[in-house]
Amino acid sequence: MTHSDTTAHEHHDGDASPKSVGHRIAIGLSRLWAWVFLALLIIFFVVSVSVTSGGTVNFLTLRNSQNILVAITPVLLLGLGQTFVIIAAGIDLSVGWVMSLASVLSALAIRAAFNAGAPLFLSVIAGLFAAVGGAAVVGLFNGLIIAKLKVPAFIVTLGSGFIVRGVSLLMSENTTVIGLPPGLRDYGNNALLYYLHGEDGGFYFLFRPELTGDALRRLDPIFMWPVVVTAIVVALMMFVLRRTQFGRHTYAIGGNLEAARRTGIPVDRHIIMLYILSSATAGVAGLLSTLRFNAGSAVIGDALLLQSIAAVIIGGVSLFGGAGTIIGTVIGALIIAVLTTGLVMLNVAAFWQFIVVGAVVIIAVLIDQSRDLIIGRRGRE
Amino acid sequence: MTEPILTVRNLTKRFGGLVAVNKLTWHVYPGEVVALLGDNGAGKSTLIKCVSGVYQPEEGEIRFRGERVRFNRPIEAMAKGIETIYQDLALAQNLDVPANIFLGRELKHRYLGGLIRMLDEKKMTQESQQALSSLHIHFPDLAQPIESLSGGQRQAVAIARAVYWDARLMIMDEPTNNLGVPEQKKVLELIRRLRDQGVPVILITHTLPDVFAVADRLMVMHRGRKVTEKKTADTNTEELVQYMVGARDDTLHEPGLPR
Repeated sequence: MTHSDTTAHEHHDGDASPKSVGHRIAIGLSRLWAWVFLALLIIFFVVSVSVTSGGTVNFLTLRNSQNILVAITPVLLLGLGQTFVIIAAGIDLSVGWVMSLASVLSALAIRAAFNAGAPLFLSVIAGLFAAVGGAAVVGLFNGLIIAKLKVPAFIVTLGSGFIVRGVSLLMSENTTVIGLPPGLRDYGNNALLYYLHGEDGGFYFLFRPELTGDALRRLDPIFMWPVVVTAIVVALMMFVLRRTQFGRHTYAIGGNLEAARRTGIPVDRHIIMLYILSSATAGVAGLLSTLRFNAGSAVIGDALLLQSIAAVIIGGVSLFGGAGTIIGTVIGALIIAVLTTGLVMLNVAAFWQFIVVGAVVIIAVLIDQSRDLIIGRRGRE
Repeated sequence: MTEPILTVRNLTKRFGGLVAVNKLTWHVYPGEVVALLGDNGAGKSTLIKCVSGVYQPEEGEIRFRGERVRFNRPIEAMAKGIETIYQDLALAQNLDVPANIFLGRELKHRYLGGLIRMLDEKKMTQESQQALSSLHIHFPDLAQPIESLSGGQRQAVAIARAVYWDARLMIMDEPTNNLGVPEQKKVLELIRRLRDQGVPVILITHTLPDVFAVADRLMVMHRGRKVTEKKTADTNTEELVQYMVGARDDTLHEPGLPR
């Protein structure tokens, strides 16, 4: 790259342009690798599942892809709020437990509303308010203590997570909340589309065809409601992060907290909003699990925290803050789900899943770090 | 004589028993670059932080553009047009140039009566481009994050941001620190350009060649006090060093001896 420094008054910079080319390539590659990895993973499982089963089992069936989508919804929902929080250089360790709380709260609310004579739809709305509202209270608590009392997020959300877990167990009387209205299952298990395999088959929109016996096994739901709801939340979060002032300030706070403060960004308020957002997406996950299993569970989200953080990290969000995308988190969640499902279909013992997912997390971070070396990211002092 | 844009009168700032700024009186006039000199711990930064709203002085008054001011927070000083560029520049390293110029004051499209507000990236990029060209700064690409820019370019972004947001007085803390020689020259040129556009600049520095290169006047502090105030043309490096180490003091009527 050469510059013609024609006028002495121009502030051309010799060292910026070559950097920007390398920089762009590096950014492009780093964004690409997760996609490539996901694609390779799918190809690997298609081939290996086919070979090991002697050609009788196909990895990439409609049913299997839908199962993967349903399986990632809770991890992804937890990961969405977490993405915002981690981009702003925070962490929310309470999300899994908040999801459990939301599951219990929504089940209690739905049961109470329905028993009080409310129609099913309104009962579900009551469940939504209970789940998201209850979760948001936890987020508000986290945010206030982190922003105003300057206690590290790690400690606050760890502590509040334990508290929330205790409250969930108390409220559910140490068990699952059952006795929910019978029709509730449909909200969690019906789908936008159905496909009936076979000669008499075809697509059914919105309404599940009345089938019995053998025909039932030929029916595949496509985009079950939890998947649709999650997709809507994903789209919303992408918009907020990329196109709004809220998203911009989230990056700014993660990039340079002091700069954000000095330029007049209401940093404390923003941090509180981030933790409310994180809890709220966990609240949606809790409600969806109640709808899907027709019961509230005080432990349903407990194991999901670390999976959601893994998805966020595989998706390229920097734990130091300042970098990351929603689509990255979606890919991260997909990679984990494809890995887990694929290994199950290969009849690999379950504990290998942990070993593989763990290795992928570490490799993902190594790739991101090498990218930072290439683009010459300086220390964030 | 023209009215000073900034007047500091009998300003005192203490930290416990330490008097960081001691009954200091000082004027800055429109259209000049004034250097603020002094050894480490002389009280330069404390004085500046009183002016920019970071600290609140115990005694004395500050007048800006003829009006008595008292800032509780830096943002209040910024609202009046006092922009301070610290060494760390207050830029978000991970965001690009327009995002930084508009940080905290983003331009937005409004839809559905303001219910949906989207960032107006196009307008922000255009305005940034204009703000930079008005200072004769040209970047090949505005869309790269600050962390991939050179030190001088970052300085330029911080200055352009202040100018865009209508700075009436620019305070710059060691702007040429950590820069290579060509970049130092560019930053000094920017300071001259600011002055030519009518924005007075207070330049806090240790670097005496910078003072002689751009400053019209200078003020030297020693142990919280003003020891001299001169036109740059009336002094030289050797004399300034003596003021800075406390070997000379115009407030005493004879040349002072180091204590």
